[in-house]
Amino acid sequence: MTGLRRYHAAVWDEPLVLELGREGRRGIVFPEAEPEVRERVGDAASLLPAGARRAAPPALPELSEPEVLRHYLHLSQETLGMMGISLFGTCTMKYNPRLGEELAARPELAELHPCQDEETLQGVLGLVHGLDEILRALSGMDRFVFQAGGGAHASYTFACIARAYHAARGELGRRDEVITTIQAHPCNAATAAAAGFKVVTLMLGDEGYAPLDALEAAVSDRTAALMVNNPDDMGIYNPQIDEWVRIVHEAGGLCFYDHANFNGVMGRIRARDLGFDACMYMLHKTFGVAKGGGGPAVGAFGCTAELERFLPVPVVVREGDRYRLDSDRPDSIGKVREFWGNVPQLVKAYGWARAMGAEGIRKAADLSVLANNYMEKRLLEIRGVTRSHPQLRVPRLEMTRYSLGTLLEETGVGVLDVQNRMADYGVDAPWLSHEPWIVPEPITPEAGEMWSKEDVDYWIDVLAQVCREAYEDPELVRSAPHNQVVHKLADVSLDDPGTWATTWRAYRRKRAGVPVGS
Amino acid sequence: MRTAHPWMANSVPAIEEEMLEAVGAATVEELFAQIPESHRLRAPLELPPPLTSEVELSRHLREALARNESCERNLSFLGAGCWQHHVPAVCDEVVRRSEFLTPVWGTPSSDYGRNQAWFEFASQLGELLALDFVGLPVYSWGCAAGHAIRMAARLNGRREVLVPRFVDPERMAVIESYCGRGELDAHLDVGRVELDPATGRLDLGDLRAKLSDRVCAVYFETPSYLGTIEAEAAEIVELAHEAGAEAIAGVDPISLGVLAPPGDYGADIAVGSIQPLGVHMSCGGGVGGFIASRDEERYAREYPTLNLSICDTVVPGERGFGIALFHQTSYGSREEGNDWTGNSTYLWAVAAAAYMSLLGPQGFVELGELIVQRARYAAALLDEVEGVSVRWKDGFFKEFVADLERPVAEVNRGLRERGIFGGKELPELGRSSLWCVTEVHAKADLDRLASALEEVMRG
Repeated sequence: MTGLRRYHAAVWDEPLVLELGREGRRGIVFPEAEPEVRERVGDAASLLPAGARRAAPPALPELSEPEVLRHYLHLSQETLGMMGISLFGTCTMKYNPRLGEELAARPELAELHPCQDEETLQGVLGLVHGLDEILRALSGMDRFVFQAGGGAHASYTFACIARAYHAARGELGRRDEVITTIQAHPCNAATAAAAGFKVVTLMLGDEGYAPLDALEAAVSDRTAALMVNNPDDMGIYNPQIDEWVRIVHEAGGLCFYDHANFNGVMGRIRARDLGFDACMYMLHKTFGVAKGGGGPAVGAFGCTAELERFLPVPVVVREGDRYRLDSDRPDSIGKVREFWGNVPQLVKAYGWARAMGAEGIRKAADLSVLANNYMEKRLLEIRGVTRSHPQLRVPRLEMTRYSLGTLLEETGVGVLDVQNRMADYGVDAPWLSHEPWIVPEPITPEAGEMWSKEDVDYWIDVLAQVCREAYEDPELVRSAPHNQVVHKLADVSLDDPGTWATTWRAYRRKRAGVPVGS
Repeated sequence: MRTAHPWMANSVPAIEEEMLEAVGAATVEELFAQIPESHRLRAPLELPPPLTSEVELSRHLREALARNESCERNLSFLGAGCWQHHVPAVCDEVVRRSEFLTPVWGTPSSDYGRNQAWFEFASQLGELLALDFVGLPVYSWGCAAGHAIRMAARLNGRREVLVPRFVDPERMAVIESYCGRGELDAHLDVGRVELDPATGRLDLGDLRAKLSDRVCAVYFETPSYLGTIEAEAAEIVELAHEAGAEAIAGVDPISLGVLAPPGDYGADIAVGSIQPLGVHMSCGGGVGGFIASRDEERYAREYPTLNLSICDTVVPGERGFGIALFHQTSYGSREEGNDWTGNSTYLWAVAAAAYMSLLGPQGFVELGELIVQRARYAAALLDEVEGVSVRWKDGFFKEFVADLERPVAEVNRGLRERGIFGGKELPELGRSSLWCVTEVHAKADLDRLASALEEVMRG
C-alpha cells in the first residue's frame, strides 16, 4: 500500500473517427437554397467554373450528431488533461476561471468581426485598453499590443521591431547579431534567426547564469539586440541583468525581456525599471487564460515610448471616453498575424488581473515561490533526485530544475520512464527541459499559486513512490505506463519517411492495409 | 488580504505559516534573496481596484461587453479572412471540455485522446485537401503562407516569391514580415502578379513574364481575396513547375466540398485558415492556419510545425501517436530549426476535427452549394441596385466585389443605422467593398440587404 489513490485512465478503445459511421448518415444538414434563389441562379454546379469543380466528395466519415459528440467526449476522457495534478514547469499551470469561458461564448464576444466599425466595438476595445494599462503598470512599459499568437510569436515581434529600429537608423546591414543565452527559451534564438539575424548564444557560468565577461566579449557594433529571460527555467535570477542591459545599450543594441517566468516576480520587479526596451508576457500562462493544449494563446508585447512607432498595427488607443484602432502608423513593422489578437483571451486575462488585484498578484508570486521552496525541501530528500547547480545556496524562485541523473545511473530508469510512471498515478507528467539538456535527466516542476499544499504533497509522494519503485523494481517503471489509456510508444523513429504518417491517408498508403500494431 | 482568494488554495495564513516553517524561512521575503534590492519595485503597484468576487467581476465584464454590437444582433456581410459560418453546438461542447481546454502537455499515453483528435484533424483536412502530410496548426492563414514561402525558399535556394496583386492586406502584411528586410541577407523579394480585370483571376500572361530562375514559389489563392475562383489552377501550378518553382495554394477549406482540392491540381504546398471549420470569429481571435503538402520527404523536412504521427505502442495491436520530425523544430534545434514553433491554435484543431466529422462528405457538398447559390443571389440583387455594380458577376464562391457610386464609409454608415454591417471597404480598388455571404444568410436577409442598400444609395 502506498497511501496513494487508486487510479486508472479511462480506456474506450475508441477507433479513429475515419473508421466510424455508416454510409448515408449525417451529423448536420444544411437547408436547400430557397426556391426563389434556385430559380434565380440555377444549380450550384452551373455556378462554378468547369475545371474548378471537385470530382468526388471528400472521403470523410459519415456519422450522426450524437455519434460525433460521444466520440469526442470519449477522446476527452482519454486525455488526463490536468484532471489530476499538473506541475508542468515553465508553463505555469494555474486556474483558468470558467467565468472567462462563459463570457467568451456570449455573442457580444464570439460573434464579433474584427473589421466592424469601431463604434460597434467600444466594449471590447475598452477591455483591451484596460489590459494594456494593467500590463504597463506591471512592467513599466509604455504600450502593449496583442497581435502575437503566443510567446514565441511575441519574441518574433520583437525581432521584427529590432529590424525596423536598426533599419530606421541606417544600421541594419551592419547590426545582424542577436545575443541570447543557452538557458533562454529556444524560441528567442529561433525567431531571431527567422527574422534574418545571426544568433550568438552565451553559455552559463558557475553561478547558473552567463558571466558578464562572456557578454562583454560578445557585444560589438554588430549587436542588434539581447533576447533573454530572467529568472531562467532553473529558478535562477541573474543579479547582473541591469548591467547586461547597460552594456548592450552602450553597444547600440536593444534589450528584450522574455518574461515567460513572470509568475514568481510579479509585482516585485519591472522590465522597464531594469532598463529593458521591450518585454513579453504569456497571457495563457501567467494571466490565467486556458492553454487549450497549445493555444489559442497570446504573447502580450510591451515596449517603451521610443519603440512604440514600430509596433504592429492596429494599436488600440483611447481618445476621451472613446476607443479607436490606430492603423495609421507609418513606421510600423506591419503585421505578424491577421487582425488584432486573440481577443477573448484578452478579455479573460483582463478579468483575471481584475479579480486578483495588485495585492492578489503579489500574493500569487509569493505563494508560487513559497510552494517551490517547500517542494524543494521534500524533493531533495528523495533518493535519486538532485538539484541543478547544487552549490548555490540561495532559494530558487518559482521553479527549480532537478536532475534524475543519479536515479538513472543507479537504477537504469530515466526521466521519460518517470514521466510515464507518474501518469499511472493520475499525475500529469512534469516538464523536463528545453533543448539542450544542461543537467542530465532534468525535470522541472512548477507549483504555482493554484495547487493546494495537499496537491503539492501528493505530487511529491507520487515522485517519491516512483523513485522507490525504480530502486526496488526498475522494470515496473521502465515498462510504464500500466494504468494509462495506452502503453508507451514503440521505440521506432518517427523521423523516417517509411514510418511517419501525419494523416490516415498517408498511413493507409504506407502500411498498405496492415493495421497499426500488427 | 481580507480573506483567502478563491483561486489560491494556500492563501490561508495558517497554511503559509506551515509551509514557511517547513522551508525554514521566517518570511516569504527571505525567499527572494536572489533579487538585488536595487532591482525591486519600490512604489506600490498601481492597478485598478480588485473585483475579487465573481459576482462583481461578472457584472463588470458583462456590462463592458454589452457595449458591443454583434453580428448576431445585426446582419453582417463582413468576411475578408474572418467569416461568419454556423458553428455547430457540438463543436462548442467539445472544445469546452476541461481535458481539452486547460492542459498543455503530458505523455503520449496520457494525452492519447487529444492526440487522436489532433490526428483526426490532420487526417480529415488531408481528405479535404487531397494531400497526405498535414502539420499541426499555426497562428493564422497569413502565418501559414509566410512559413510555406520560406519552406520553398529553403528547398530551392531562390530568393523571390510571386504573389497575386490582390491578397488580403492583413495577410499580405504578415507575408511581408515573414519575407524579411532587404538589409539582411536572408530576405525574400516579393513580386506581384496582376489579375485579369475581366475575370478577377490571375493574369497568366503576367505570371509567365514574371517567372524566372529567381522565383522560389508562386503563391496563389482560390477562392482569391476578392472572392473569385481560380479556374486555371492546374495551369498556374504547371507554369510554376516549368520555372523550377514550388506552387503554393491558399484555400478556404469550407469550399472544398464543391471546389477541386489543391492535391488534385498539383499544388506542392497548401495553406489556409481553419477558422471556418467550427470556430467562432471572436473579433479575429478565432483565426488559425494550416500547412499541408504531399507526403514527400523533401517537403516534410522543411515543416516548421509540430507534426503528429500515428505509430505503434509496445503492445502489439495498440495504436499511439508521437511527434515526428521533432529535431527540425525550434524546440529541437533552436536557431538551426525551421523557423519556429510554439503555442499555436491547437484547441481549434479539435473544433475542426469535430466539425469535419459532423459534416462528412455530403455536408461539405451541401454547404458549398448553398453558399455559392446564396452568394450569387445576393450579388444579383445588389447588382440591380441603382449605383451599385458587382464587378465580377460570376465565378466566385462566398465573397464578391461591389463597386459603389457613393463613398463606402457613407454607405456602410447608412446600413449600420438599419442594423446591417456592409461589406469591407477595398480602398485598393476604389469605391469598392467586399461582401461575404454564407449559410447563415437566408434569402430574407439578402432581400432585406438589397432594399436597405437601395434606400441608402438613394441617400
